[in-house]
Amino acid sequence: MGILVSNISKSYKEVKALHNISFEVKPKELFGLIGPDGAGKTTLFRILTTLLIANEGKATITGFDVLNNFKDIRKHVGYMPGRFSLYQDLTVEENLKFFATIFGTTIEENYELIEDIYVQIEPFKNRRAGKLSGGMKQKLALCCALIHKPKVLFLDEPTTGVDPVSRKEFWDMLKRLQQKNITILVSTPYMDEAALCDRIALIQNGEILQIDTPENIVKQYSKVIYDVSANNMYQLINSLKAYQHQHSVYPFGEFVHYTDTRSDFNPKELKTYLEEQKLSNISIERTQATIEDSFMEMAK
Amino acid sequence: MKLFIGFVTKEFYHIFRDKRSLFILFGMPIVQILLFGFAITNEINNVDIAILDHSKDATTKEIINKISTSKYFSIKQHIEREADIETVFKKGKVKAVLNFEKDFSKNLIKDYQATVQIISDATDPNTANTISNYVSSILQNYLQEQNKGIKINYVIISQPRMVYNPELKSVYMFVPGVMTIILMLVSAMMTSISITREKELGTMEILLVSPIKPFQVIIGKVFPYIFLSIINAIVIVLLSIFIFKMPVQGSLFLLGVESVLFIISALALGILISTISATQQTAMMISLMGLMLPVILLSGFIFPISSMPVPLQIISNVIPAKWFIIILKGIMLKGVGLQFIWKETLILFGMTFFFIVLSVKKYKIRLE
Amino acid sequence: MNSNNVIQAEGLTKIFGDFTAVNAITFEVKKGEIFGFLGANGAGKTTAMKMLIGISLPTSGAAQVAGFDVFTKAEDIKKNIGYMSQKFALYDDLTVKENITFFGGIYGLSKVKIKIKTKELIDDLGLDEVANQLVGSLPLGWKQKISFSVALLHEPKIVFLDEPTGGVDPITRRQFWEMIYRAAHEGTTIFVTTHYMDEAEYCDRVSIMVNGKIEALDTPKKLKEQFQVDNMNDVFLKLARG
Repeated sequence: MGILVSNISKSYKEVKALHNISFEVKPKELFGLIGPDGAGKTTLFRILTTLLIANEGKATITGFDVLNNFKDIRKHVGYMPGRFSLYQDLTVEENLKFFATIFGTTIEENYELIEDIYVQIEPFKNRRAGKLSGGMKQKLALCCALIHKPKVLFLDEPTTGVDPVSRKEFWDMLKRLQQKNITILVSTPYMDEAALCDRIALIQNGEILQIDTPENIVKQYSKVIYDVSANNMYQLINSLKAYQHQHSVYPFGEFVHYTDTRSDFNPKELKTYLEEQKLSNISIERTQATIEDSFMEMAK
Repeated sequence: MKLFIGFVTKEFYHIFRDKRSLFILFGMPIVQILLFGFAITNEINNVDIAILDHSKDATTKEIINKISTSKYFSIKQHIEREADIETVFKKGKVKAVLNFEKDFSKNLIKDYQATVQIISDATDPNTANTISNYVSSILQNYLQEQNKGIKINYVIISQPRMVYNPELKSVYMFVPGVMTIILMLVSAMMTSISITREKELGTMEILLVSPIKPFQVIIGKVFPYIFLSIINAIVIVLLSIFIFKMPVQGSLFLLGVESVLFIISALALGILISTISATQQTAMMISLMGLMLPVILLSGFIFPISSMPVPLQIISNVIPAKWFIIILKGIMLKGVGLQFIWKETLILFGMTFFFIVLSVKKYKIRLE
Repeated sequence: MNSNNVIQAEGLTKIFGDFTAVNAITFEVKKGEIFGFLGANGAGKTTAMKMLIGISLPTSGAAQVAGFDVFTKAEDIKKNIGYMSQKFALYDDLTVKENITFFGGIYGLSKVKIKIKTKELIDDLGLDEVANQLVGSLPLGWKQKISFSVALLHEPKIVFLDEPTGGVDPITRRQFWEMIYRAAHEGTTIFVTTHYMDEAEYCDRVSIMVNGKIEALDTPKKLKEQFQVDNMNDVFLKLARG
């Protein structure tokens, strides 16, 4: 009775935004939809929150059909859209009160659910929402989305544009909400946030690349990845790309992630090659694949 | 009910915290009515006129002297021939010409009656009208002085003749027009902007994904503006009564009811606009171009409908403001009751009903 | 000033009323370096950057950018820097070519030069087929690559990038960083302001601003060693939480 999505497709005029999307979110699961801007995440969220109608396919939220039972769904879901969507000219408290009212409840009634988030912004309860910092806005938006004790929570890119400290706090809050029997579907363009979800779907260009737990996705990465570094990054990348046995070459922070086409790859050989290219301080070491490596391999 | 109060409270917060909308709501009506009131004024001062005196006798001299000493007129030119009248007007030197008939004194004594023609430039019809009234009253005064102690009354017939705009209809009744414009502006533009603002901010998305029903959103949005528009209407009526001494002849109650009807139709138009525009800017443009311009140009407020080309006259019929102005003029100036304006009221009612149905139908329960 | 330093700031301060947005920051950026300028929202990095690009006058301190003083030579600074922000980059309703021509014109390139540069840029990015399409119709990743190239049109000494790769897909993002590496290799200094810590990992050196002050400044590798963590995100968390 969580979220069930089967064969959803949606096009805007010529552009195909979603193509045959299917997945299932179990009750009380924290499910992540991971993909870059323009992958179709927001369109999918809007279909699931009954704001858009899909061209094809079916979806149910806690058993209610998104098309026929949209009124029931609107009573039982919490939705936090991608950009900050509260009244900037109302204070923190006025916003919260207003959203409680339109859901036919009061702040007091469900205070227990939002308490540990609300106490963090309570000192600013008389401040206008427009004057809050990014992290504060996001906490207030979460409070407003939770005020009617929804069974399912939809969070569309809640951490975009938020600094690392607030991001971390936000994910901690989601973990706690999960304990309170709320099913959560969250989307993010940040691959590093994938590891914080129970299960994730990688999505790009309107298609799902893979659905699994973050651990399994990384495990299924079939190649051995090497961290390569040298004195000159630009020349290193060019040399690696020119190497005849390269399978993939991706800059990855201070290193380059390198995979080879051969199963019997010997790093020493590569080192010799790089030295011939007049590179120095060369280091080649095995490393663990990340979600990002998996994503790129699949999207390649 | 709690929901309603909550929603309306929120709307009032928006209105009172936004200086721009506060100005449009309360500054604009006052500024407009004062502007129109003082710009279209009945006072004239030192208006240039020309004299065409065919008799040049004692009486005409006396009258001319009286006119020239009044503060209202200054005699710019004496002309000799009828043909020169056209010329002085064309040159724009004078606003009016007084044409005394031949043998003015003689006629007055012989027939107890003489004629002076007041020819005025009615490109500015308001002034033209005023000029002829002033001249007439100077002549009246003169006669009254002359007739003292004489048993037989002399009569000077003044023949006003307006050139260039002979009909001179519905000109300076600016109060009904301004009231219509302001109610339209406040009701239609402000509601459409306030609804599209929610779309722009994304809060509409959250409202949609909540159990609140479309009609609840609409009523919650519209109520504060009904309230504020009524206050505006009252302010305008009070201003016109106390500052411009404009008598309201008819029933104030009827005036109130008709105003509320018009306000509701404007609000429905506002909602309709908000359903077809995605941004505040579009809503504002549509309100200004699609509502304000027709109200100003085609409602008969400034340009008399009867002198418009036929196609425009037909179009003017679909503009609610036209009917409301007729109703307002009826009540405020003529003091008529419902029995004389029921037809207009019914048309306005029909339009309002149509707009409400259309806007509720058009209101989207989803994005897109 | 050391001729090898493209940016040199000493005690640079900006005070708004009684609020010190930037509190006496001192740092230098070398020629051809990729310098990460990090900080949370409101830490003061935007204010600091505005002073460096000559659109905001410092309250006190000293700074030279591309050899020009920020107090007296702001106009010269603007001629010698490029700027690209994620929020505003190109005009969506102009074609790729029109955008290039427009921005080339702004920086005073001659017609001939614009023509040459346009061809170079289009060949370089493989944009032949879309050169006459409206920018608005292109994918985000392409737009960002084009706007970076446009920022380099007038061969500036320094390019300021404001959160350049947020939200872009991982592959395009790497292509973007490859472009940055190339520009740096060719001698252009790259100044990246961001609060995305994974962008920081790509920089040669990074500074981290907290409450108007630079609290850390080193290579990502050394910072990670210093704080005994394995990514920049954790470095930031440790710093910001004190």
